[in-house]
Amino acid sequence: MTLMPNETRRGFLGLIGAGLVAVTAAPAWALNTDEARALIQKSLDEVYAVINSGQPPAQMFKTFEAIFARYADVDIIARSALGPAARQAGAAEFAAYKQAFQGYIGRKYGKRFREFIGSKIEVTGAKKVKSFYAVTSVAYLKGRSPMEVEWHVSDKSGQSRYFNIIIEGVNMLASERAEVGAMLAKRGGDIAALTADLEKAG
Amino acid sequence: MPAKIFPTAVCATFLLAACASDQDGDGINDRYEPMNRRVHDFNRGVDANLVKPLSSGMSGGDGKGEGVGSRAVEVVGNFGENLALPGKAVNHLLQGKPAPAVRTTFRFLVNSSLGLAGFLDPAGKDFALPEEDTDFGQTLAVWGVGEGAYLELPLIGPSTERDAVGRLVDLVIDPTRQWLNRDEYLISLGTRVVSKAGERGRFSDSVDSILHESADSYAQTRLIWMQHRRHELGEEGDYIDPYAE
Repeated sequence: MTLMPNETRRGFLGLIGAGLVAVTAAPAWALNTDEARALIQKSLDEVYAVINSGQPPAQMFKTFEAIFARYADVDIIARSALGPAARQAGAAEFAAYKQAFQGYIGRKYGKRFREFIGSKIEVTGAKKVKSFYAVTSVAYLKGRSPMEVEWHVSDKSGQSRYFNIIIEGVNMLASERAEVGAMLAKRGGDIAALTADLEKAG
Repeated sequence: MPAKIFPTAVCATFLLAACASDQDGDGINDRYEPMNRRVHDFNRGVDANLVKPLSSGMSGGDGKGEGVGSRAVEVVGNFGENLALPGKAVNHLLQGKPAPAVRTTFRFLVNSSLGLAGFLDPAGKDFALPEEDTDFGQTLAVWGVGEGAYLELPLIGPSTERDAVGRLVDLVIDPTRQWLNRDEYLISLGTRVVSKAGERGRFSDSVDSILHESADSYAQTRLIWMQHRRHELGEEGDYIDPYAE
């Protein structure tokens, strides 16, 4: 059951927007619950600084992308989204895809920044799950009941980075897997064509 | 053209029902996928041509949800949601949860009186009695009924076999059906629709992203809705660990 009273099925419609906050995290040393928690707190502070900066949207999307690239494990997220095809891709081909994927994420989630104006997200806890850490937070968006947002943080890449965000049960990694999978299928498995499409998408 | 193909597709879908569940490996049984996809295209058309233009008008037209229209929709939506509370209290009871049933009943009484027949929400704002959502689909889940196959219903949207049955039962067990006359009851259903349309306006960017900008909006809708519904019912799957794959 949900942690908090859930105001109708409203959750479903708005929750994707919360992915915007997908955009940051700060570096740390060997990971523990406090550090995982601090990482997400710092990331949220940075995202809100951009949201409240009043920059033009196009510039905001670039800033979101830069923050995402700095603090998320873009490599594993992009690889996971591409699925089995990632294993067959050449190094240069994968690098180009990853670059395009990163821009696509910055635009796609950045576009929802308006839903976050006047909102706040409180980090509420952190726990070890399997080989990584789950940081829990609650998002208070205007006109909505509070939403649970969970962040998965790992240091398997050599640095502490987050690799997944789960908003009221909806998982960013799983949705991007489905989306990129559909885009790749449309191109008959051609990764270069998918890369070109991602550069325009989001 | 679609008029001819559609019945054929429906028949074919039911004949094929036994095959092909969970082809995508995401733990969703979608044995009615061909039929669901046709319904999805229809729903998407309704959204683009009717719901989206109407709801953007209702939310004040600027997408920010701050206009007079948005306020009106909120008030009408409150009225509709208040009338749905007795049915929710019944479901809390059927799930063996008296505490939320009592809170939901108090919420209904406070908002029906101090909240001027439910147009305002003093229970949530001043009495710490927020809405605790539930439905008969959840009751069935609590009773141990399986989720069944995924369904996309015309106009209503994503559902499962279990939730579709739940929706029908919710109409039957709704106590307000006994209290209101037929016209009042239809008005109460209408105001619930208004409250849904108001949500469409407030979350237009998110809805557009899923319905109108996705490479496969059917698959995105199905995945996102199923994950959220399972989370709501405490039936979520395991964590994804991409490092272990």
